Amino acid sequence: MFEPVVLSLKVATIATIIAFVFGVFFAYLLTKKNIPGKNVWETALILPMILPPSIVGYLLLKVFGRRGPIGAFLLDTFGMQIVFTWIACVIAASVVALPLMYQNAKGAFQSVDRTYELAARTLGSGSFRVFRTVTFPLSGPGIVSGIVLTFARALGEFGATLMLAGNIPGETQTIPTSIYYAVVTGKDEQANALVIVMVVFSFMLVFGLNLWLKKKNYRGN
Amino acid sequence: MGLDFRIHKKLNYFDLDVDVSIANELLVIEGASGAGKTTILNCLSGLTTPDSGHIAVDDRVLFDDKARINISTEKRHIGYLFQNYALFPNMTVRNNILYGLRNKRGFRHRQERREMLDYADYTMDTLGISHLADKRPTHISGGEKQRVALARAMVTRPALMLLDEPFSALDENTKEKIYEEFMAFKDTLRIPTVLITHNHRETELFADKNITLKEGRII
Repeated sequence: MFEPVVLSLKVATIATIIAFVFGVFFAYLLTKKNIPGKNVWETALILPMILPPSIVGYLLLKVFGRRGPIGAFLLDTFGMQIVFTWIACVIAASVVALPLMYQNAKGAFQSVDRTYELAARTLGSGSFRVFRTVTFPLSGPGIVSGIVLTFARALGEFGATLMLAGNIPGETQTIPTSIYYAVVTGKDEQANALVIVMVVFSFMLVFGLNLWLKKKNYRGN
Repeated sequence: MGLDFRIHKKLNYFDLDVDVSIANELLVIEGASGAGKTTILNCLSGLTTPDSGHIAVDDRVLFDDKARINISTEKRHIGYLFQNYALFPNMTVRNNILYGLRNKRGFRHRQERREMLDYADYTMDTLGISHLADKRPTHISGGEKQRVALARAMVTRPALMLLDEPFSALDENTKEKIYEEFMAFKDTLRIPTVLITHNHRETELFADKNITLKEGRII
């Protein structure tokens, strides 16, 4: 009962960190730099959110599986298998949650008044320093929303996780896959308990976020 | 010494075409909104690129289409006062003012940093904003914001000062007093300065030289 909760929190935390790094990086690249094929990149980054998780899981399996390009490389060089380990849970959750982080970060960067960025440039800042000292700090609320929603999404990840990591109790069984397993095997009590944990926790996360954002708006910062 | 610029740029409704030289004095560019005033400032600061022309400050070429020179904004050593002042809301007044200094190479050396910080303190003192140092820009008045923005643009010791309608965001009651302060302040600048405005009174008060712009041309 506790194992899936602990694993889920661990997986969601690491996945959020990964999605944060990549999401912010891509949002910076695609809003502040001129990248060839921008529209293609933008679309590709959103895809994991709109494709059925089973497809995302299937594609990840093709990449990270024993015969996939990355999977085979890791197995041959480090003897490391990804599929059916908790790392697979992290990969699945990161990929599925990445679009949320990216979208929020992008929206936040675009909403920063451009005159602040221009002022920073006239004061001698190169484009990365403008981003680090002005754009990013002024994107605070959007970034925090992104982190919270990414975490919530990673915590709830089911389809891709099942495809890539399976449902091994004590190893890859997260809260959502554990609920599925409990229902299938008729353990309604366990399912109920986990559902309550999940709903209450997710509710508190989003409720807390909304409260914080309102307070922030009220202060006018 | 001074500022020379010749700018040609195609805009939506007309072509901007100007050719001006000034010494270490204050040039006022007057004109209705949409006459191309801000575009000139943006070309001078490098935020916009002219189609053709030549821009030089104290014989340092900032832009020249024939010689293919186009120095980026951050390397032009300019002070730019934006219409709404654009003070960074995430920093205190002091950190706003020190922002440009932190980009200077000398800031990493103890001795030079000391001098820079002293100069920042002196500037804040002169402009009467020392007591605001720890406040956030959202908590100070319009006139105070303007002085902080001036201090921020000045402490880096720019070679060229650009002022984009510096008084338009102020309310009428405080304007007169700030005009008076600016009169005194203007003489301490001693670098080529370009001020744009649509208010003829400001031309009368401050201009060492002035031009009026209509649809991208000097009239």
